[in-house]
Amino acid sequence: MAKKHKPRVKAPKTASPGEVMEIKTLISHEMESGQRKDRKTGELIPRQIINRFECKYNGETVFSADMHPAISANPYMAFYVKAGESGELEFLWHDDNGDVYSHSQKLEVA
Amino acid sequence: MTFKTIAIALAVGSLAGGAALVASYGSSAADKSGIPYRDGEYETVEAPEGSPLSELISGYYFRTPETRELQDDDFMNPAFIWMEQGAELWSTVEGEAGESCASCHEDVEASMKGVGASYPKYHEASGKLINLEQRINLCRTESMQAEPWKWESDELLGMTAYVRHQSKGMPVNVSIEGPAAPFFEKGKDFYYQRRGQLDMACATCHEVNYGMYIRADLLSQGQSNGFPTYRLKWQKLGSLHRRFRGCNRQVRAVPYANGSDEYVNLELYLAWRGQGLPVETPAVRQ
Amino acid sequence: MTTPVTAPAITRRHFMITVAAGSAAAAWLAAAPARADKAMVDEAMKALIGDATPADGAEIIRLDLPQIAENGNTVPLGVSIDSPMTEDTYVKDVHVFADGNPRPDVISFHFTPKSGLAEASTRMRLAQTQNIVAVAEMSDGKVYMTQAEVKVTIGGCGG
Repeated sequence: MAKKHKPRVKAPKTASPGEVMEIKTLISHEMESGQRKDRKTGELIPRQIINRFECKYNGETVFSADMHPAISANPYMAFYVKAGESGELEFLWHDDNGDVYSHSQKLEVA
Repeated sequence: MTFKTIAIALAVGSLAGGAALVASYGSSAADKSGIPYRDGEYETVEAPEGSPLSELISGYYFRTPETRELQDDDFMNPAFIWMEQGAELWSTVEGEAGESCASCHEDVEASMKGVGASYPKYHEASGKLINLEQRINLCRTESMQAEPWKWESDELLGMTAYVRHQSKGMPVNVSIEGPAAPFFEKGKDFYYQRRGQLDMACATCHEVNYGMYIRADLLSQGQSNGFPTYRLKWQKLGSLHRRFRGCNRQVRAVPYANGSDEYVNLELYLAWRGQGLPVETPAVRQ
Repeated sequence: MTTPVTAPAITRRHFMITVAAGSAAAAWLAAAPARADKAMVDEAMKALIGDATPADGAEIIRLDLPQIAENGNTVPLGVSIDSPMTEDTYVKDVHVFADGNPRPDVISFHFTPKSGLAEASTRMRLAQTQNIVAVAEMSDGKVYMTQAEVKVTIGGCGG
């Protein structure tokens, strides 16, 4: 499916200096745990999850998380970032298969 | 009350955590469960004429605060992943005719408002009752000359949810008269038919025993106003027919196929049992 | 396979008998999966925090968890710690473990002074009723631990 692993991000576009911003993210992903068996073959379905999430602010990692198969499908993450200078917020999801899904948006601090 | 407590005790008896649930059910009103139905804090809609139910209650009110929170916030609700896909597909040209949904129906908010609340509907050309998924696929095969989407595919779920979402908050409003009447009757027969090794009908759980626990699960009226629904159990959006199949399997019966006449008829009867309830698509359930 | 009946024949009595029988069968069918225990949690913890012995963090780490989860596939999890979040004093990491899952690791949140707040939430899978253990590592090297139980509803038609 072409639209697989599409991120959704809810983050402010503007903030005042020093403001602590709440950021919410969601991405479509099955988070295959590696614990399930194929109903037909009885064989274990190989693990494939997003194992790391990162939020970068002007290139610097300000929040990240290492995720395990116990994280639900379509992983949701809410956290905070303190506004410094105007620039870019970048969100990265690292898949077990090496793919990285990303979303970035501008932040204006005034 | 005594009768009810016995039933609950039986129903949850095999579960370790069950005792706590039974105890809290019978205890004073000061202990709130957080589940609106149990706490007596829920909205009702007047049942349509001839309904066996005294009042209509959305499944929303049978769920925990955490589950309801997911539905209340469009961002947290994972169903919106599929909704966004539906929105993109709305204006995606596919098929020999070189058209998209938008080619005919233009602005979705204007053209689809109320549509999802009125399905299933009698389809004259085929002489059959069809549901929203089937209506969408007819548009694809006939108008767009495109391949129909597979049942339970992300595309069909996304589009069905996206179309039905345009009726959010509007009352379910199906026609059960005229050419729809015989299909309605068949759906009603299905609803009351006992089936499977457990010999249970839809009515056994959702008419006679809603509000009680079946093992650890609080039974709702089995209303369909939130479908397609993101179920925590499925970890994805799913159709009403998928839910029917699950219910049938739970009573150890052989389920019918998605999109079968049996399930479309049942879908109409069930929609009428919730006639007047607000559309919640895409809802979140356990 | 199916028995046609009229509506009034569907009674609560019938329901109680079939459900009681059905749940007994279901309980028998539900084979216990392999699961973590305290030793596995300790091992997973050691891999992340080394030999540090965590102090009681019940007053430090707030765990935001439901008492009862309707379905173990999507259980909300929130952690928060009061901290000035300055370069000198901040919360570095919060690791979360579950002692009744097939594997104990759940998630490690990594904060920085630029996080502004040591607070994050996600959703996790819990295979059954179990303890959630959170371990926080502070910038000064102190380590705290707390835990809470979540009851997971299994059975009926929602399980």
